Amino acid sequence: MSATDAYLPAGLPAPASEALDETYWSAATDHRLMIQCCQGCGRHQWGPEWICNKCRSFDLEWVEVEPRGVIYSWERIWHPVHPALVEACPYVVVLVELPHADGVRMVGNLLGDPTEEVQIGSEVEGVFEDHPECEPPYTLVQWRRLP
Amino acid sequence: MVDRELTIKGRTAIAGIGETVYYKRAQAPDPEFRMCLDAILAAAEDAGLAVDDIDGFASYSNDRNEPSHIASALGLPELRFSNMVWGGGGGGGSAAVANAAAAVAAGYANYVVVFRALAQGQFGRFGQAPPLRGISGPMAYTMPYGLVSPAQMFAMRVQRFMHEYGGGQAAQKAVSMASYHHAQANPRAVMHGRPLTEEAYDGARWIVEPFRLYDCCMENDGAAAIIVTSAERAADLRHPPAHIWAAEQGSDLGQGLPVHNAPDYATSNFKTLAKHLYDTAGVGPHDIDVIQSYENFTGGVVMSLVEHGFCEPEEVDKVLTFENLTAPNGSLPINTSGGNLAECYMHGLELIIEAVRQVRGTSTSQVADVELSLVTSGPMVTPVSNLLLSASR
Repeated sequence: MSATDAYLPAGLPAPASEALDETYWSAATDHRLMIQCCQGCGRHQWGPEWICNKCRSFDLEWVEVEPRGVIYSWERIWHPVHPALVEACPYVVVLVELPHADGVRMVGNLLGDPTEEVQIGSEVEGVFEDHPECEPPYTLVQWRRLP
Repeated sequence: MVDRELTIKGRTAIAGIGETVYYKRAQAPDPEFRMCLDAILAAAEDAGLAVDDIDGFASYSNDRNEPSHIASALGLPELRFSNMVWGGGGGGGSAAVANAAAAVAAGYANYVVVFRALAQGQFGRFGQAPPLRGISGPMAYTMPYGLVSPAQMFAMRVQRFMHEYGGGQAAQKAVSMASYHHAQANPRAVMHGRPLTEEAYDGARWIVEPFRLYDCCMENDGAAAIIVTSAERAADLRHPPAHIWAAEQGSDLGQGLPVHNAPDYATSNFKTLAKHLYDTAGVGPHDIDVIQSYENFTGGVVMSLVEHGFCEPEEVDKVLTFENLTAPNGSLPINTSGGNLAECYMHGLELIIEAVRQVRGTSTSQVADVELSLVTSGPMVTPVSNLLLSASR
């Protein structure tokens, strides 16, 4: 998938990595979903943090997880709050739970017709949305319904 | 268990309240700092307090007006306490009162002003994205997906609440209708003279599902201030004191986890605070006479009322009705000035002022014989805070 068919128009702030989450963003450009997993207690954790909030180990590793999940919550946005979004409404933001990764949740857009009914509990899979035109280039993890 | 020797109960009181005229966003004729001074002077006047006696300040939400500047501008002989609650929105409103009360109880200062001033024309708007080219940190995982504004941040919590408990749309509407109803009696309210009909509510555009236009707070300009002092000093001032029985701040486990990962998600964040508040005061939800419940969005009010024990989460649409939520006859009157939805979005300090008016008996939608007046500040953010005022010490 390339930015020519990105879900939202260009012009929103581009994600910039920092020391803590460089691995996530670079893995995403390779179309791999990586999140943190504690080497002390084995628990997955999200978003990026320096310490395990369960066992307080600083030994957090980045591990690849399968980009599949279920919709935990969602919203359909009708009122644009950014100039880039004026023509983009309505659009759908989903909160996706990854049951195979200790139930961490990730935010993304739900690809497809934004006016279609959204069901909490629906299964979704990740889609890597490249933005190669940006400097530096980046990739967003988006979600689409499983048939 | 609460160590009663160490609680704040009955030791301090709100003795003065002051406000500027409340304006629509960007329509204030004066700059923010000027309005801030106006509100503080009005609170001192209301209390019958000499301005020179003010010796402390507490605020929240990164208020731009620094106590050192205010104290110097007012020529105060000494500044003994200045304090800011972290966190955005109105979550720190009651917390700022709690901090002022703690300072007074500890003897750090005698008359502490809690204030909030907003001029969104002079500065930026809350409901619009800041002009950024890049974003790092936790917002890098939300903003590029068009999840930007407070309404968008909280709609997903409310959606999950509605999913888990099966209801809430009717309760949201009742909250909005009650606020607008109360604003019609309140000449200070920005929406005074602009009643909201059911048809207008139902027909209003979606901002972000499940919030329609009238589920969202306004954006306003103005300033508000209150004066906290000891119960003894308050007794010598002009008005009957609104005694502080309890005030709590904070949130439950993991509510600050990034990217919407709080373990308990469908919450306004009051579950632990409500228990502490009632324990400290030695009362329960059935003892409360009137509630000012911060409305960033109506769904947050619904959850706040549930978590303060006024209703089961499965029953919100049955219990939180327009009839129940309106003064003077409702069993659960809320937001009797019109609040953030219809009086003024002064980040909830106007709700605390209204809670004082209910104790004094001077609200434009007065509830009869108010003994206990509750404030809940800033649902769904972290920290949130709450405050219980009483007519008796």
